[in-house]
Formats: sequence, C-alpha cells, structure tokens
Amino acid sequence: MAGIEIKNVRKTYAGGVEAIKGIDLTIPDGKLVVLVGPSGCGKSTLLRMIAGLETITDGTIEIGDKVVNKLEPAERDIAMVFQNYALYPHMSVRGNLAYGLKNRGTPKVEIAERIEEAARILEITPFLDRKPRQLSGGQRQRVAMGRAIVRQPKAFLFDEPLSNLDAKLRGHMRVEIRRLQRTFKTTAVYVTHDQLEAMTLADKLVVMNAGRIEQMGKPLDVYANPQSLFVAAFMGSPGMNLIAVGELQALGVGLPDAIPASTGTLGLRPEDVTLEAPAEPHIVIDASLDAVELVGSESLVYARAQGIEKDIVVRTPGIHPGEPGDALTLHVAHSALHCFEQTTGRKVEIQRAA
Amino acid sequence: MVENRPFLTFLSHLVLIAGVFVVAFPVYLAFIASTHGPTDFLSGLIPLLPGPHMIENYSTMLTEGVSTGGAPPLGTMMWNSLIMALTIAIGKIAISILSAFAIVYFRFPFRQTVFWAIFITLMLPVEVRILPTFEVVANLKMLNSYAGLTIPLIASATATFLFRQFFLTVPDELMEAARVDGAGALKFFRDILLPLSLTNIAALFVILFIYGWNQYLWPLLITTDADYYTIVMGIKRLADVTDAEPKWNLVMSATVLAMLPPVLVVIFMQRLFVKGLVETEK
Ligand SMILES: Nc1ncnc2c1ncn2[C@@H]1O[C@H](COP(=O)(O)OP(=O)(O)O)[C@@H](O)[C@H]1O
Ligand SMILES: [Mg+2]
Repeated sequence: MAGIEIKNVRKTYAGGVEAIKGIDLTIPDGKLVVLVGPSGCGKSTLLRMIAGLETITDGTIEIGDKVVNKLEPAERDIAMVFQNYALYPHMSVRGNLAYGLKNRGTPKVEIAERIEEAARILEITPFLDRKPRQLSGGQRQRVAMGRAIVRQPKAFLFDEPLSNLDAKLRGHMRVEIRRLQRTFKTTAVYVTHDQLEAMTLADKLVVMNAGRIEQMGKPLDVYANPQSLFVAAFMGSPGMNLIAVGELQALGVGLPDAIPASTGTLGLRPEDVTLEAPAEPHIVIDASLDAVELVGSESLVYARAQGIEKDIVVRTPGIHPGEPGDALTLHVAHSALHCFEQTTGRKVEIQRAA
Repeated sequence: MVENRPFLTFLSHLVLIAGVFVVAFPVYLAFIASTHGPTDFLSGLIPLLPGPHMIENYSTMLTEGVSTGGAPPLGTMMWNSLIMALTIAIGKIAISILSAFAIVYFRFPFRQTVFWAIFITLMLPVEVRILPTFEVVANLKMLNSYAGLTIPLIASATATFLFRQFFLTVPDELMEAARVDGAGALKFFRDILLPLSLTNIAALFVILFIYGWNQYLWPLLITTDADYYTIVMGIKRLADVTDAEPKWNLVMSATVLAMLPPVLVVIFMQRLFVKGLVETEK
C-alpha cells in the first residue's frame, strides 16, 4: 500500500515531442485516480513513466515515499493492465498469472493459493488451463486483471483496459473494477479517454490536455465546476453548450449584470436549460426546434436560435412531443451559468449580489 | 475455385500427374538401379523393375564403401553430413535469432547499420566468397575438420532478417508486460520470444538442414582426408572412377541413402510446424 507522488515531471521523447509539460500530482494511498483527456494528451506517457516503461526526462516520481526514477518496472512493485491485455499467448491462463510471481521467487504453494483466490474472485477458475486465444474478449480482460491482482502490488496501473470491449461488457467491467479496487484498497491509476468511465470510476479525476493537467478534483466537482472551456466541453455527454456572449447580446437576451465584463463565453449544461420558466432569476432565449433525439427516459432537444452558430442542446425528462420548426423558449437560471474569460478561456466567477 | 467442370478437373489432374512423374521418375530409377547387380547395366539399358540385390548393395555401401573410388563406407560420410547439416542449421538459427533479438529489442549506436550489414550477407552466397574463405580457413588450420566444414557456412546471419520481421510483429506490450512481471531481457527472450518463434524455427531448420546437407563445393574444397568426406561430395567420387565403368548399382544406393535424411527431416518437421500453425492464432 502506497501513495504516488509526481513532482514537476516532464517528458520529451527522443524525436523532440514534448509529451508531458510539467505535472504535479498526488495519488493518495488506496484511491483510484483517473487520468482522462483526448487522445494524444499524454495520459499513457504519464502512466508509463509511473510504471517505469518510459524514462523520466525531468522531475521525480515517488511510490510510497521512495523515488523510483531509476528503478526497473519490476522493482517498483506495480502491476499494469494493458489495452490489448498483453497476455502471453503460449502460456495457459494459470501460466500467465504465475509468471510474475515465479520471477519474484514466490514459493510454489503460495503461487497456487494466490491464483486460486484471484481466479475465484474474477470467476475465471474454469478457464485456468486454457490458452488466451481460447477465451472471449471479456474473459481475456479478466485474466489481465487477474495477472495484476495475484501480484498484490503497491499500485495498479490501467491503460484504457476496457476500450476493446463492447459497450455492455464495458459497463459491467467498469463496475467490477470499481468493486475490486474498493475491496483491495490498492492505489490505482486509470487512464481513459471516455469521460463516462472517468466520472463513474474516479475517487479523484484528473483532466489532462496537451501534456498538462487542466483540472483535478472529485468527479462531480469537476463536472459541476469546470475551470476552463476545455474541461467544460470535454466532461459530460452531450457536452456543455458554449455560446459567445456577443451572440446572445445580438439576440437581445437579457444577461444578468453580475456577469463579469471579461466574459467571452457562457456555458450552459443541457440539463440546466429548461423549457418551463424556473422560479429563480433566469435568462430567456427564444429559439425554434431543430431536432429531437428520444433516448427513452429522456429527450435531447436541439434548439436553433437566430445568430447562434451551434444548436443549443436541452436535456428534458420524458418524451418531448415537439416537431421541427416549433417555437421554443429556453430558460437558464442565473445560478447555472458558467462564465469563461474571453482571453484565457478560464472560468470567472459570477459576482453574487452581496 | 468452386467451379465444377469435369474437363478442367481432368486437365488439372493430368498436369499434376505429369509434374509428379517428371520429379519422381528419376528418383524411382535411382531406386531401381540400386537393387540390381553390377552387370545389369552393361547393356546400356536400365531395367524398370526392382532386382534381387538390394540388401547386398546397401550393406556393401554402408559397411565397406567402394575402395576404388577412394570413398569411405557410407556410414562415415552420412555421419559427417549429419554433423555438418545439424551444426549449420542449429548454428545459423542460434546466431540469427540472437542478432535479430538484439536488433529489435536493444537500442545501441549504429543499430540500423548493423542490420544492413547483416542484410547484405543475404546477397553473398558461399560461392562468391569461397576463395578468400578458403584462404582464411587454411591459415587457421581448419582444413579437414568439422570446424572448417561448418563455421564458414554458419557465419552469415541470413535468417536474421526473417526473425527480425517476426519479432516486429510481436506487440511491444508483451515485452512491457514481461518487464513489469520481472523478466529481464534474456528471460523475456527465453520464456516468451523463443516459444513464440517455435514455428519459425522449425521451418528454418528444415531449410537450413537441407542447405547444409546439400553442400557440395565447400566440402569438396576443404576435405582431402576421407574421414571428413560428406555424402553429397562422396557420390561424386564414387562415380568418378578411372579406367572402369562406375558401379552404378552402388552409386545409386548411395544416392538413395543420401536422399533419406532430408526427406525424414521434412516429414518430421512438417508435422511440427503444421501443429504450430494450427496452435498460434494470428
Ligand atoms: N514512443 C514515442 N515516441 C515519440 N512520441 C511519442 C511516443 N509515444 C507517444 N508519443 C507522443 O506523445 C504524445 C502523447 O502520447 P500518449 O501519451 O500516448 O497520449 P494518450 O495516451 O493520451 O493518447 C503524442 O503526441 C504522441 O504522438
Ligand atoms: Mg494512450
């Protein structure tokens, strides 16, 4: 059991690509930290530096208060689950689980016990003597998890472990991983580009962008309080509606005075846009219905307002009966507005009336 | 093709049978000749049916040899050929797989240069460098020795290219998983890369064994001591008698015996790599 401390870490690849541009991050003992961000933002690079598979250009990484910069992956006492599982094709499932322990000189009896235990937890006991190619994708994924669990390492590192599974299985394994991590209370770093996976798994969510940390915190805090346009757009599906202040003003929307003058963009969560007027102070946007997506339990209404480039997405419960062309009045409570600075894209707080 | 035209079927079978006949008939003749007595060929006609002297011919060749041809008993020559073919096949595979491992998995200066240097040896068959090689081997006093027979032929890592291509198809994550699992470079090689390469090794072994077994010019050049004759060059000496008809029955029994080991290797190894092909999913 150990936390991971990342201090001012940088990575420049041999070709000159600066993949990580200075990252400070604390991964608390026993917690599951998710690194999320678009493809190419450096998530895998950071994870692989923690694992010891990439050299660290600058800065230090500590696992359990011990600087590991110079240590081989095996000496760091971590276990990694790869996207393509990386099971040894010629070994049986049992052989795959045993290999890491054997190399560490774990006694045979203990190896057998640990494999039994892990296989029981993961429900792969019937497959122990099969080769990986005789397993389905989901079963391989479990074996890959098993290979990490039997080692009882200081930390689990996951690099997009579910992206090769179909949607249903992915949802199932997500819950499973959460449960396992809670059970073992092993520190875990989990990399994904899927914001839903990130939201549901994380104790602590780290949103990365272009080699930097954009924002971190509890998943719901990050969702409720995106600190930049990037995070606002990335988290949530559908993402936040981002509308230029100028466009709203041109449309004659009455904006509250409390909005700081430096604001360039307003952000509206689809679920914060309502078709009925709320009791609290709100803004009103006149629009017309462009399209409706019926998801079943809720509807996504795409509303077009004059002079506003993108459709405003409205999430409304139940089945919306409207037809394209219908007039709509959109309402957003003042308290639900997110303001982003024109120049930097950072969040600016609305000045609350004293 | 899922066509069903009787005439085409007939035609393709005809062509195949003709092909088999062209290849197999000389072999058949050699076998027939090896079963006759020494006088049966004097008429100039080769009989088409087996004669009664098979056992006699073969045992003569295996135990005594033909003294006039200056050739030792076949047993010795077959043994020499076997040692030569095995050493070359195993040696080449060992060198190639190790150098491919180094080229693919280690970063060192001039890695590409090394690869191309090895690659170029692909284009240099033994015959091209045979004179300088002979000079070197002679100076090293390796004439008439197994070392002389094999080392110069091992010393080209032709199969490196093949192993390199194969290693490049092995996902990097496998090596990384092994590193996390505490396997160093050599352990990874032994526990993972080598078992995965088994099919390739088997295929190469067949090719290289036959290559080594069929060497003719090189053994002819560097062996003058009958104890080191190999069978393929030995046959030449058997047929090369002065002032007399070659004993064709004996020459042919030597030929048939010389063909056996490569055939056995192919038959045995074929099973192994068909098994390998079925087992490794690509
Ligand atoms: N081995 C490498 N050599 C050079 N550049 C690399 C290497 N691996 C990744 N990169 C670059 O580093 C950046 C971050 O990559 P990566 O960490 O894989 O992103 P992510 O996992 O977030 O998609 C990308 O621009 C990628 O092209
Ligand atoms: Mg990645």
